[in-house]
Amino acid sequence: MTSKNISLPNAEDLLKMLAQKVQPLLQANTALVGIQSGGVWLMQKLLALLEKDITANAIEHGTLDVSFYRDDYEKRGLKAENRPSQIPFDVENKHIILIDDVFYTGRTTRAAMNELFDYGRPASITLVALVNRGGRELPIAPQITAADIALDASQNLQLIQNQDGTLSLELQSKSGTHA
Amino acid sequence: MNNPQLDADGRLRHLLSIEGLPKRILNQILDTAESFVGVAEREVKKVPLLRGKTVCNLFFENSTRTRTTFEIAAKRLSADVISLNVNTSSQSKGETILDTVDNLIAMHADMFVVRHSQSGAAHFIAKHVPDHIHVINAGDGRHSHPTQGLLDMFTIRKYKPDLHNLRVAIVGDVLHSRVARSEIHALTTLGVPEVRVIAPKTLLPAQVEKLGVHVFHDMKAGLKDVDVVMMLRLQNERMNGAMLPSAQEYFKTYGLTQDKLNLAKPDAIVLHPGPMNRGVEIDSSVADGSQSVILPQVTYGIAVRMAVMAMLAGGQNSGSQAGSQA
Repeated sequence: MTSKNISLPNAEDLLKMLAQKVQPLLQANTALVGIQSGGVWLMQKLLALLEKDITANAIEHGTLDVSFYRDDYEKRGLKAENRPSQIPFDVENKHIILIDDVFYTGRTTRAAMNELFDYGRPASITLVALVNRGGRELPIAPQITAADIALDASQNLQLIQNQDGTLSLELQSKSGTHA
Repeated sequence: MNNPQLDADGRLRHLLSIEGLPKRILNQILDTAESFVGVAEREVKKVPLLRGKTVCNLFFENSTRTRTTFEIAAKRLSADVISLNVNTSSQSKGETILDTVDNLIAMHADMFVVRHSQSGAAHFIAKHVPDHIHVINAGDGRHSHPTQGLLDMFTIRKYKPDLHNLRVAIVGDVLHSRVARSEIHALTTLGVPEVRVIAPKTLLPAQVEKLGVHVFHDMKAGLKDVDVVMMLRLQNERMNGAMLPSAQEYFKTYGLTQDKLNLAKPDAIVLHPGPMNRGVEIDSSVADGSQSVILPQVTYGIAVRMAVMAMLAGGQNSGSQAGSQA
């Protein structure tokens, strides 16, 4: 069910804003890491934008599926399809730009940071989210966002990948108890 | 029908045998295992899934290899692991299986990995334990060895991804082999169109055809054009009476040599659950040859056992598995 009260921004426009904000962070020792699934779509699109406009060199990048590190694993179990995390570079001393679609409680970020540290000791981690929807439960917040949209706990904001490959935001009222 | 392996929501609750598990669950285990293969290549070879949980390896029958792989799998999931060789402890003092289990439950064990020489032992324990405790069958008598069957499927899928287009031959002592049973059920459930068994009549169970396999008594005919050769261990220790003339004679007829393997497809792979009897069921040059995937089987076995434990431990209190990750 789509709520009609809030008009959602265009995700592709937000993505371009995000790319402009991320650009100054890039240095020789930077790597992009997307969190499954929305964060990975964003990471791939950011990569294309950043590599085209800014640097000649390829930017190192990877993906994380944080299912095994979540604090609610015992309750939720595994998703039907979980994808292996792929970090094909040495995390040690890298400046990691961690990318998620919607920042909410901060629990996904915590899980992602824990997983990253099992690959090595990064020099820094910067959290980038397309949207901060408010409602964090941990002392963690994104340093870079393209939009802040305060939402009620009963609402669920999701990034969707359309058939033509474009991204869009979708607001649903929550069914069930998952957070 | 009430399937003790699945809970009311159709999720895996115990792993007792491959028989009775739907294709969906088998594929979910294999897909989950893919995610665990990479864990062993990280700086920290651990994920925190079973942190604070206690896994109890209950081995009523010795098996160093299986026990070790389950131990490693549980430890890579951050569980605490206790391994008990029960045949050398309580049982010799007269304690029953269920008393042993109850004592370990009283010590707050969360998961049991059970190996027993009698068929049905793991089922027996699974029926007895309270809801929050999970049981994995690590081999019971001649009945079943589901994680071995699963790791074989995982290995085959790695080398031959299109299972719907394969010809597979299982060779050797099918009669005494719980591995063979698990393999046959897994192969047919996953949709492998042609499964053959190759063995002398004395080493085949009665009515083995009913499991959906083609029976061959001649290696040369049976191996012709197969994609996968799954060797079985000749279970000397299980054999009472003279079912076979001699090990040498067996090797001559049913041992896998390069000559016989050449009858299979040129890119055929060779599996063996170990431990191998070199020069009895398999020639050393084949075991160590380029078509052998016997050591990868061992590596994948850990990922598959991690997947099974992870699936058992997760998602116990919730109705919805696929939620948003907000």
